Amino acid sequence: MSEKNELKKTAFYDLHVEHGAKMVGFGGYSMPLHYEMGIKQEHLYCRETVGLFDVSHMGQAELIADDYETAARALEKIIPGDVLNLKPERLRYSCLLNEKGGIEDDLMVTHRVQEDGSHIVGLVVNAGRKSHDYAYISAYLPDDVDFKILDDRSLLALQGPDAEKIMAVWCGEAVGMPYMSEIETSFFDVPCRVSRCGYTGEDGFELSLLNDDASRVAKMLMSHPDVELIGLGARDSLRLEAGFCLYGHDIDTTTSPIEADLSWIMNKRRRQEGGFLGDTVILDQVANGPSKRRVGLLPDGPAAPAREGAKLFNEQNQEIGVVTSGGFGPTIGGPVAMGYVTLPHDKLGTQIFVEVRGRKSLWRVTDLPFTPYRTYNAKRPTQH
Amino acid sequence: MTKTYYSPSHEYVSVDGGIATIGITTYAQSQLGDIVFVELPETGRGFKRGDEAAVVESVKAASEVYTPVTGETTEMNEELVANPGLANDDPENSGWFFKQTIINEDELTKLMDRAQYDAFVKENR
Repeated sequence: MSEKNELKKTAFYDLHVEHGAKMVGFGGYSMPLHYEMGIKQEHLYCRETVGLFDVSHMGQAELIADDYETAARALEKIIPGDVLNLKPERLRYSCLLNEKGGIEDDLMVTHRVQEDGSHIVGLVVNAGRKSHDYAYISAYLPDDVDFKILDDRSLLALQGPDAEKIMAVWCGEAVGMPYMSEIETSFFDVPCRVSRCGYTGEDGFELSLLNDDASRVAKMLMSHPDVELIGLGARDSLRLEAGFCLYGHDIDTTTSPIEADLSWIMNKRRRQEGGFLGDTVILDQVANGPSKRRVGLLPDGPAAPAREGAKLFNEQNQEIGVVTSGGFGPTIGGPVAMGYVTLPHDKLGTQIFVEVRGRKSLWRVTDLPFTPYRTYNAKRPTQH
Repeated sequence: MTKTYYSPSHEYVSVDGGIATIGITTYAQSQLGDIVFVELPETGRGFKRGDEAAVVESVKAASEVYTPVTGETTEMNEELVANPGLANDDPENSGWFFKQTIINEDELTKLMDRAQYDAFVKENR
């Protein structure tokens, strides 16, 4: 059973190695941390132009029933978002919950319209939680809902202001797609499921492809002179600047969506009706406020980057929280962090003292994201 | 006449007139990636050989810089504090970290010369 501990390879492994990637283990896969450009330049390049990410380590799955409503209602028992009224070909960010209102994983939920016209629920979950989630979700599904793991599929993310321009070369149908939508289309001659979403705060697309077609599509994209491969290092700093949570760090089984400042994932109907795991805890937090909340933190002047685990103090030198993600934000050009603080220290502008290597520096609670979202809005005239 | 020595933890010590200039090697910076922050010791601090004297942070992580010789700091590189990228661009010249006295010259003999260090890097890569 020696194979059990070996890292899995995605369909793009050879491509990573060819492009000089430094490979590391992540979520059970051998993944590129960075390429020759380095994390900082990859980050900046993605914000300025366009970057290609291999995100095939993430888990793609589907809930299939006789109709969409049956599958949607089943999922609504374990997530607090509105799946039932999600329009066809639209996706939504949500959290998989436990009985205590903690987050078992965060995920993307899609109202998928299959080629045969049937409507199902699509999911994308985190790599490191894949096998856990599959067992967890399956255990909660009624007999009339099937759970299908799409392990024959790879996933690419194309992110950055030029993403649509690049898609236009091979996939005209992607042009003008609304943000958070999905279509079944072709990338040149390859069947491809394209969604307009991402984890960088920039405009972008995700391409779900059959494993056998994956490297051909990647090679087509890489043949464009403006497309550069981006590794996990820049993926992390990009998402941090965009204020997005990283599972296992900013959110976990002990934090609720309310504490994580993700209460927007629940609409009015779900708040009123409840009917999901952990609803008692979560709806109590909605009504009465949580005891701690995730906030953005920026230093008041030059400061050492605060990393995960750095302790947070108030003006009276009482420990009031901890950093859950932090580092240097290349676009910000300085340290950025997010973490949890006890209330009322979550108010914007609150002075927070961050301890790094025994020294405290003054930071402030800041609005997230650190860098403005530049995601695509279909209502806005397209810029050409 | 400057003579430069290298430690197994990838610091260099350039000795000139009894003062050691300490920084991280070209190989070390290439492993760290983009350096975004340095924390340097104040002047007058005493260190024993192997003490943690400075911190260097790259986009990836924070790493300690150890002084390979016992002594007292005499100067820190203010320019590096303002522009940490110097440690990437010119690590063994303008990207130096701090200067210090050398209390025990014998400690230098425990360090590597350039040829030994190059071989050490090659072996450990």
